[in-house]
Amino acid sequence: MADLTHPVVWFYIPCAITWICFLISVGSPDRFIDYDWLWLLFRNMSPYFWSALGVALAVGMSILGAAWGIFITGSSLVGAAIRVPRITSKNLISVIFCEAVAIYGVIVAIILQTKIEPVSPGPNGVTYDKWAMASGYSIFGSGVTCGFANLVCGMCVGIVGSSCALSDAQNNSLFVKILVVEIFGSALGLFGVIIGIIMSGGVKWTA
Amino acid sequence: MYGFEMMTFNIKDGFLEAIVRGHRSGLLTVADYNNLSQCETLDDIKMNLTSTDYGAYLANEASPIYTANIVEKCTLKLVNDWNYMRSQADETLATFMDYCTYGHMIDNVVLIVTGTLHERDVQELLDKCHPLGMFDSIATLAVAQNMRELYRLVLVDTPLAPYFSENLTHEDLDEMNIEIMRNTLYKAYLDDFASFCQKLGGTTAEIMGDMLAFETDRRALNITLNSIGTELTREDRKKLYSNFGLLYPHGHNELAIAEDFDQIRSAMEKVPAYSGIFSKLGYGESQMLDKLLYEEEVKKCVDCFEQQFHYGVFYAYMKLREQEIRNVMWISECVAQDQKGRISDGIVYLF
Repeated sequence: MADLTHPVVWFYIPCAITWICFLISVGSPDRFIDYDWLWLLFRNMSPYFWSALGVALAVGMSILGAAWGIFITGSSLVGAAIRVPRITSKNLISVIFCEAVAIYGVIVAIILQTKIEPVSPGPNGVTYDKWAMASGYSIFGSGVTCGFANLVCGMCVGIVGSSCALSDAQNNSLFVKILVVEIFGSALGLFGVIIGIIMSGGVKWTA
Repeated sequence: MYGFEMMTFNIKDGFLEAIVRGHRSGLLTVADYNNLSQCETLDDIKMNLTSTDYGAYLANEASPIYTANIVEKCTLKLVNDWNYMRSQADETLATFMDYCTYGHMIDNVVLIVTGTLHERDVQELLDKCHPLGMFDSIATLAVAQNMRELYRLVLVDTPLAPYFSENLTHEDLDEMNIEIMRNTLYKAYLDDFASFCQKLGGTTAEIMGDMLAFETDRRALNITLNSIGTELTREDRKKLYSNFGLLYPHGHNELAIAEDFDQIRSAMEKVPAYSGIFSKLGYGESQMLDKLLYEEEVKKCVDCFEQQFHYGVFYAYMKLREQEIRNVMWISECVAQDQKGRISDGIVYLF
């Protein structure tokens, strides 16, 4: 994994961001960040771009998290089960918890995409009105929330599941205790789903 | 980054880590050692060991059984486990596991060279070599007359080649030079292994750094103890100490000038980690030192299994198995020579 203490993170990237802000502000020398230009940029982006991206991130990141968790737990489970075959049936619960994370992502993506309605742009044919813009951003935010929450939830459940399989192989009274940790971990994904659904609950594309 | 290797370790090495943890759960416990201590004959020992992990290896041995057979079969189990894991290991675990075996390779090279010096038969020497440290051209070591030939003919193709420094001599191989050669090679090997582990970073670097530091300090202590009263000069002795570890560099300066056990003791006690070991020894006593050092090593290896997602478990497993084989050998010898009272003097309990 990348080393987050490397100078590139703490020196070069801030320098690059500052330079980009400067370039953006060149059109308006009295301000550091040229908000007019940025607003022009964002106003011309269709809300359908944001909503489609939200749906994609909701399902894509959730499934990434679930897959990550499954391979982490699965490789340890397979190796430990060679010697202690009795752990296989109980420890599939860890894999099921990871799978549930993927299902949350699919559910949220389906809900989000039913909320996308076709509206036509305003008089100049490019910008949409405020209701449509707000809806697009809500769906995007909802998808990002759900997707990233499920990503880290899947990884968490996977790592704990791997430790659970290895500990169960040594001492079978440990399984239920470590399972409690996994249950708390899988609640994280649910938090993301709940917030996502609340955020996308109020979308209306026209007045 | 430290801690984030949890997310990517299992991609390549998760399966093998689970396997090595399974092997670890098959190591002999205190109850097993008690059963073995109650045995009257070597056949009883064989029967007791058949109910442990060694079962498949010892079950078909014909009676009468000797200590050498038991030890050979137990070592065979370690070798088979190791090769099973090594053949499935991906980079960088494969390099790491190879590094773990270079110590045995060095010991094998020295064994053959010493044996040739004493006019022993090559086949007999090859049988005595440790199987984890074998390489293809090992039998041709018997023809070398001096160190330069040794290097040029055989060792340049082995993984030990970088450990020979530029100052190869044309001196003939004799007892003293062979020991110095062994320790020089071992110093270069430990330095190399330690820097490899530091490059791996994360938990592996921390845990292996700790274990290799102990190993190198133990070797420094043994070198000092064995060279008191010999013609090894202080500068030469200093050259045999590694460039890392808790004793580096100030402890090494003190050890280099030590001339008896009490001076060594005062040098080692300045390091808090080792003062505990030396406080268990009375004044002037050095026989128990070996056993105390083994106990410390075993404790570190067992603690190594506390953390997941690092390579130290493989190294620790190899060390723990070897200690177990030493224990079984001690018990078998005590039983064979009818000295059962001395069994508890020589075994180091793992758990």
